[in-house]
Amino acid sequence: MSKVNITINGKPYEAEAGKTILEVARENNIYIPTLCYLEGVNQYGGCRLCMVEVETNGRPMRNLQAACMIKISDGMSIKTNTERVRKARKVNLELLLSCHPKDCLNCNRSLDCELQTLARRMNITERRFEGESKDIPLDISAVMTRDMSKCVNCRRCVAMCNNIQKIGVLNAQKRGFKTIIQPSFGKHIADTDCTNCGQCISVCPVGALRETDAIAPVIAAIEDPKKYVIAQIAPAVRVGIGEPFGMPSGTVATGKMVAALRQLNFDEVFDVNFGADLTIMEEGTEFLQRAKAALTGGEAVLPMMTSCSPGWIKFIEHRYPELLPNLSSCKSPHMMQGAVTKTYYAEKLGKDPKDIYLVSIMPCTAKKFEIIRPEMNENGVRDVDAVLTTRELANMIKQAGIDFVNLPDEDFDPVMGLSTGAADIFGVTGGVMEAALRTVYELVTGREIPSDNLHVHPLGDSDQIKVASLTFENVLPEYKFLEGFTARVAVTSGFDGAAQVMEMVKAGENFQFIEVMGCPGGCIVGGGQPRGVRSEKWAARKAGIYSIDEGKKLRKSHENPDIIKLYKEFLGEPCGHKSHELLHTHYTARGKYNELIGKK
Amino acid sequence: MRIKNVNDLKLIADQYNAELKKYEHTIYVCGGGGCISSKCQDTKNFVDSYIKEQGLSDKVNVIFTGCMGTCAMGPVVLVEPERIYYVHVTPERAKDIIDRQIIGGEVIEEYTFFDANLNKHIPCIDDIPFFAEQVQIVLNKCGKIPFDSIEAYIAKGGFTAVAKAFGMTQQQIIDEVTASGLRGRGGAGFPTGIKWSAGMKAQGDRKCIVCNADEGDPGAFMDRSAIEGDPFCLIEGMMIGGFAIGANNGYVYCRAEYPVAVERFNKALDIAREWGMLGENILGSGFNFDIELRIGAGAFVCGEETALMNSIQGERGEPRQKPPFPFESGLFGCPTIINNVETYYNIAEIINRGADWFAQYGVGKSKGTKVFALAGDVINTGIVEVPMGMSLRKLIFEIGGGITDGMKFKAAQMGGPSGGCITEKNLDTSVDYESLTALGAIMGSGGLIVMGENTCMVDTARFFMQFIQDESCGKCTPCRIGTKRMLEILERITQGKGTLEDLDTLEELSYTIKDTAMCGLGQTAPNPVLSTLANFRDEYEAHIVGKTCPAHICSALAKYYIDPEKCKGCTLCARNCPVQCISGKVKEPHVIDQNKCIKCGACMTNCKFGAVIKK
Repeated sequence: MSKVNITINGKPYEAEAGKTILEVARENNIYIPTLCYLEGVNQYGGCRLCMVEVETNGRPMRNLQAACMIKISDGMSIKTNTERVRKARKVNLELLLSCHPKDCLNCNRSLDCELQTLARRMNITERRFEGESKDIPLDISAVMTRDMSKCVNCRRCVAMCNNIQKIGVLNAQKRGFKTIIQPSFGKHIADTDCTNCGQCISVCPVGALRETDAIAPVIAAIEDPKKYVIAQIAPAVRVGIGEPFGMPSGTVATGKMVAALRQLNFDEVFDVNFGADLTIMEEGTEFLQRAKAALTGGEAVLPMMTSCSPGWIKFIEHRYPELLPNLSSCKSPHMMQGAVTKTYYAEKLGKDPKDIYLVSIMPCTAKKFEIIRPEMNENGVRDVDAVLTTRELANMIKQAGIDFVNLPDEDFDPVMGLSTGAADIFGVTGGVMEAALRTVYELVTGREIPSDNLHVHPLGDSDQIKVASLTFENVLPEYKFLEGFTARVAVTSGFDGAAQVMEMVKAGENFQFIEVMGCPGGCIVGGGQPRGVRSEKWAARKAGIYSIDEGKKLRKSHENPDIIKLYKEFLGEPCGHKSHELLHTHYTARGKYNELIGKK
Repeated sequence: MRIKNVNDLKLIADQYNAELKKYEHTIYVCGGGGCISSKCQDTKNFVDSYIKEQGLSDKVNVIFTGCMGTCAMGPVVLVEPERIYYVHVTPERAKDIIDRQIIGGEVIEEYTFFDANLNKHIPCIDDIPFFAEQVQIVLNKCGKIPFDSIEAYIAKGGFTAVAKAFGMTQQQIIDEVTASGLRGRGGAGFPTGIKWSAGMKAQGDRKCIVCNADEGDPGAFMDRSAIEGDPFCLIEGMMIGGFAIGANNGYVYCRAEYPVAVERFNKALDIAREWGMLGENILGSGFNFDIELRIGAGAFVCGEETALMNSIQGERGEPRQKPPFPFESGLFGCPTIINNVETYYNIAEIINRGADWFAQYGVGKSKGTKVFALAGDVINTGIVEVPMGMSLRKLIFEIGGGITDGMKFKAAQMGGPSGGCITEKNLDTSVDYESLTALGAIMGSGGLIVMGENTCMVDTARFFMQFIQDESCGKCTPCRIGTKRMLEILERITQGKGTLEDLDTLEELSYTIKDTAMCGLGQTAPNPVLSTLANFRDEYEAHIVGKTCPAHICSALAKYYIDPEKCKGCTLCARNCPVQCISGKVKEPHVIDQNKCIKCGACMTNCKFGAVIKK
């Protein structure tokens, strides 16, 4: 990259050509306020808070310029802190505040709100511009609550939904002051082809988009003496939960999290990693069954696709209903574990499953929809009763006044607390595939997968689509049909990548197994995780997850002794009769406009 | 037939002109937008059938043309060779004209154009100041030929310019356009030659040339008239531009509110394709060119070039950040040149007659002519084309015929919601880019709204701000919310609820919006407010301090009185008052209870004696 020389506030700087004024200013610790800009997501130039004075070729540009949009050029001179600049920024911020509800005290983003922070930073002490404010009814689905009265029109959610996820549910409608971000024709979000990925929520700078609150019903259950309340925690939560308490991104806070949940009076705390190990047993077996059928002249639908991500499930139901037979019939790990909890474990406890209230703590918003799917229950008892996102759990911990950072570590409760490293990596793109391959390869050959420290490259990389091949040689006698077979697997995350891979499948690309996660990068940057710059959060949290895996003695799902015990005592064998009853599910063809629902 | 080369053009022209010579008379019936509204189609149908009925079909040629200019007087008809210009030609009048002039040889003076200044009828079009003072380059065929005949267009010299251009290099064409001094007629006045030069030099596998026909300023209808009256000239102008910059794809973005223009231009495209003037190897030059018409959905902001491109691409009409400019990365990411309709209408004449000929018109850096849509309180509402440099006074009072109802002139709004107002003291300003900018107004695209003394300038500012607020795309904060707050303040003032501090707030918001809005529309949105504040601050203060509207327009501040001298006590006002605030006995003067009056004006509308006064 070539370098250019610029000056900012009279001081010379050398910077890479092609960068924006804002990027260069940030690199040099020069503060420029922003609201609509979000690194890696939205470069829009709409809020007009990052205005600066710019001079090119010795000539001042007539108007103030948006620092987030203008690229630097040689000899450019920029002023970020003149009275003209400060005044203009302040007026624009005051305008944004003039139609923003005046109820910070009742807002769940208070103290975590970018608008509020800007107001403080720019020393807003009065409301100078009064006028009509927006009074728009809430749109509440099981997953998210949209409060468009609070929307600042930054369009981050629009960019996320359209440019990154390429779902295109959220868009600007109407004009002028009436401009509103909503699904076409003002539909409720629940009536659209929204995948519930929640990435819009994770980029919203204010309280306009949030997950639909599950804290209240969870607390009610805890307070109900009849209810036996169990928490189960997804792998990605433990590397995100520390952040709201000031711990660095990626900090592994498993023990503190378990301790905090106990202080919140959960009766038991289980690890969804257990369910993840169970998933590998089922999904790995299902894959081998399908492969066997395909390779021995039987009927089988391949490639098989993973089914852990409920956002992805809804995506395929809407966009590629013709590929639903390719989906593994396995429930996602926490749903499997829920089904086992409400049967096997209820029996062990001697409790009526109706009295068990199971709360999943998830990096995911789509799970809130998954638990209310009609197929996810056993004899009228829901597999899982509530889903809290990582952010909601952090709020609960804060509300309870728990000193999270200084909590002594505690262990999960036994029975469904033990897990292998294979389960931990479920939280990152490529992790489910890698976990499956660790087990499948070993089941087939009797040997450990011959890869670098059990990691299958490049499946865990940050690329959108990753492909790997694995050849089975010297297989055990019962897997003779696989001898010399090379399986081609693909991994993708985010719906843009998912759509591309689905098109490849439809075009006949030779894959046998595909992993898809709905959120770009996987669950560690899921829609329910603490907010922040995605690329930075991803790298740190991935490192955290991998360190857990690599630090464990047991790193392959089939080695989990409690899983082995579960099969022995209760389930019988993977993909057996009982498994099919409890751990597998079916899907609903929806169509892009939900036009297929109810049709055969 | 298919036109294969320049000789074919000549052949068509000769044939068509020979055909015209067969007739003794030609009746031109205006089919422009204004005349369509006054039912010119009925007149045209009548003339057609009556001519047939009278057995005159061999002697009288009836031509349905585009706009002739005097839109307020429609339907208008021109009879040649005498060149008598008839106005308000209903079928009944048309019968008289055929009976008495075509057959009888008599000019019916009372049906001809009435010049309000001279206070007399002027039968011959060439003597009417409205036409005599104009110089028509853009409109040189509009209103003079049938809009749907490619042969008529060719007979008037159409497509000779593109034929000539095919013999020139790209650079030569651009040099000619640059030398002519032609500047973008959309409003900003950027030199066309320089823009084209950038387009030519831009690298890209595919380039696009776009025509902005999203004329959205309130009161502007120049582009519509040009397209409706002479659609082939736009095709020719864009084709020359396309050839010059190396673009084979043209797009015309026309607003959906112009159904007649859309219909006629689409038909012209079909005809041009059929005759080989669009498509492959045009005139044997090896150059391929075609044009696609895209219809907007009625958003003012889509007149902004980057929003226009988004709209063509099927995206929400919102401006994009510049740079990159369209010539670098425009439509579908291709290097793109966008010009206004009127700009393209100048091209053929510049190529045909040369840059020097063009540059003889105009002053300073503003060359050629400018088409204006005269609207508002002006007598000759309609379309005019005048050389740059004419004074506004001459434009409004000589060509426009002055102010209606004998009112005094108050101001002229130029440049629509982006422009500013010009007052009496500046009426002698030359109409050119630099002079108007110096006054805080802009040339704009040519909308010229004339306001008489009974116009409230605060209400006018409020009207434009309402327009901007309705049409803001909502992308950037200052335009989305800032103009809303300004509108609310203006509404307060017109309701007598404003404060003097509000004026400071208006100015503060104006400067921030100008300085920080993303696109040109937002940056110019406060202009009507700033310009009325500068010129008519006393009117604002009258609303705020005196709680009166000097022009008696703002209804919340108006008061209705009954003149006891004039009131006959007919009780009609009292019976029509929705709040029963008028009392009085039959045959005795009535009185309005000011405390109860809601200022609806029903009493005034219903009074047959002019006894109700609004103050």
